Amino acid sequence: MSWLDRVRNALPFGAKRDTADNLWHKCRQCQQMVFVKEWEDNLNVCPRCDHHDRIGAKERFAQLFDGGIHELIAAPAAPEDPLKFRDTKKYVDRIKAARAQTGDRDAYQNAFGRIAGQGVVIGVQDFAFMGGSMGVAVGEAFVAGVENAIKRGVPYIAITAAGGARMQEGTLSLMQMPRATVALARLRRAGLPYIVLLTDPTTGGVTASYAMLGDVQISEPKALIGFAGQRVIENTIREKLPEGFQRAEYLLDHGMIDMVVHRKELPETLGRLIGYLAPEKAA
Amino acid sequence: MTAFLDFEKQVAALDRQIAELRDMGDDPTLNIDNDIARLEDKSSKLLRDIYAKLTPWQKTQVARHPDRPHFKHYVAGLFDDWMPLAGDRNFGDDQAILGGLARFRGRRVMVIGHEKGDDIPSRMKHNFGMAKPEGYRKAIRLMQLADRFGLPVVTLVDTSGAFPGIQAEERGQAEAIARSTEQCLALGVPMVAAIVGEGGSGGAIALAAANRVLMFEHAVYSVISPEGCASILWRTSDKAADAAAAMKMSAQDLLGLKIIDRIVAEPVGGAHRAPEVAIASLGDAIALELDGLSGLPRDAILAAREEKFLAMGRG
Repeated sequence: MSWLDRVRNALPFGAKRDTADNLWHKCRQCQQMVFVKEWEDNLNVCPRCDHHDRIGAKERFAQLFDGGIHELIAAPAAPEDPLKFRDTKKYVDRIKAARAQTGDRDAYQNAFGRIAGQGVVIGVQDFAFMGGSMGVAVGEAFVAGVENAIKRGVPYIAITAAGGARMQEGTLSLMQMPRATVALARLRRAGLPYIVLLTDPTTGGVTASYAMLGDVQISEPKALIGFAGQRVIENTIREKLPEGFQRAEYLLDHGMIDMVVHRKELPETLGRLIGYLAPEKAA
Repeated sequence: MTAFLDFEKQVAALDRQIAELRDMGDDPTLNIDNDIARLEDKSSKLLRDIYAKLTPWQKTQVARHPDRPHFKHYVAGLFDDWMPLAGDRNFGDDQAILGGLARFRGRRVMVIGHEKGDDIPSRMKHNFGMAKPEGYRKAIRLMQLADRFGLPVVTLVDTSGAFPGIQAEERGQAEAIARSTEQCLALGVPMVAAIVGEGGSGGAIALAAANRVLMFEHAVYSVISPEGCASILWRTSDKAADAAAAMKMSAQDLLGLKIIDRIVAEPVGGAHRAPEVAIASLGDAIALELDGLSGLPRDAILAAREEKFLAMGRG
């Protein structure tokens, strides 16, 4: 921030722009302006074009759990910056910036609550935190969430959103793929269901591990889901990509997911699924 | 004739000099034997010095060297009675991942690995070692077969990554990799993986979630290629050397991070300079690991593997 901006922001009449930002939301898809209140009441889905915007753990928990009531599950701290990584910036500085911007420790948060009266642990990956990228902290949180579900004897739902693995943690980030997979094997042995909700975007190593291992795979409409990035594919095969390539509906057509569900319908769909798959309590 | 890498220029110049002297060697009036011996000595000392302190980017180039031994060379050098098996019973037979039954120093084993090919037609046939979903699904099938009949699984990892293409995505590249990794972790038989060249991201871990992971001295194993990392974080692939160093993708770094379990020494100047030596060293290391895992009950093998991967990154 320049000294000029700093002075300008300190002036009471300079806050006008902020007010406008708080009132209006511009849809990333159709570019139309929507009242923030209307947009939030519509679950951060554009009332004009139905674009499902990216949202974080706080919004998810509020939208999915009965009455929004939930209990956050803390994950053990993960070693920070294990490689002392530096590109054009230090990795530790990138983490600091992401923390300041989101208010979260890292890109994955779990909570316990109820959906249609049934206990469930939900883990949410937040694209806003370094592109949702999977490093040791995300792996640690994923494992902690699954272990908590096993301890409680309830299903686990993962809501995925990530560009892929966190390059700044090198091969350790790659190792989070088998790590999360081990946690899921234990959930399965405990007889508990694992439901994946894929959201925009879910790509790379996250897709190639826990995001594709659900007993049931759900996606939000039009979410981008894939292994390889579109530019990488175009550069490799030197062809234009087909319309709708790697979108949720495309994956449904190709047999990769079970259903595409509107955000409004999610609590009901998840509630019914849990009713079918979670262990039945003795009457 | 060895294809020299950029950083071997001085060695290449010496070797050229030696060859020229040899050509003159027919002339009995010249006494050049001493000169040749001196130059050879200098050349091998230089090579030893260079290879003793290869940078991660130089190692990447060694790991990708076209003359480096490939799957078929390891199979020929290490295994007897090789019976290749084919197909995923679903779509096709991917030649980027090969697998089959073999005998290894008295043991019956299942061998699975990437094959890059070593000339243009074979590279095309094997798609440069970049597997498609059917390749990983073949690997899953073969691992299940091995598990059912009690054969240890040995994998040889050498891929720049899984193939990025339209059909691969349509057939579930991500799911295939996830399931293959899951299958490695579900085996009740011992599994030993060796990163023999490039261990490229998801395409590598799908065959490498093993009880014991070996890695050649100059192999590399990373979450993304140095070029890919550089183009994303530095916004130019020219910084690949910096990215390779930052990502700590060498065997020496990965042993320190407990991502791999053992480094297999290569002959001076890399595996491509003396393939039979490299192949034999790898065989000894695999035998050592299989010995250590033999006789353990299925539950113990599975639990040990799970604990190992569950702790990845815990420091």
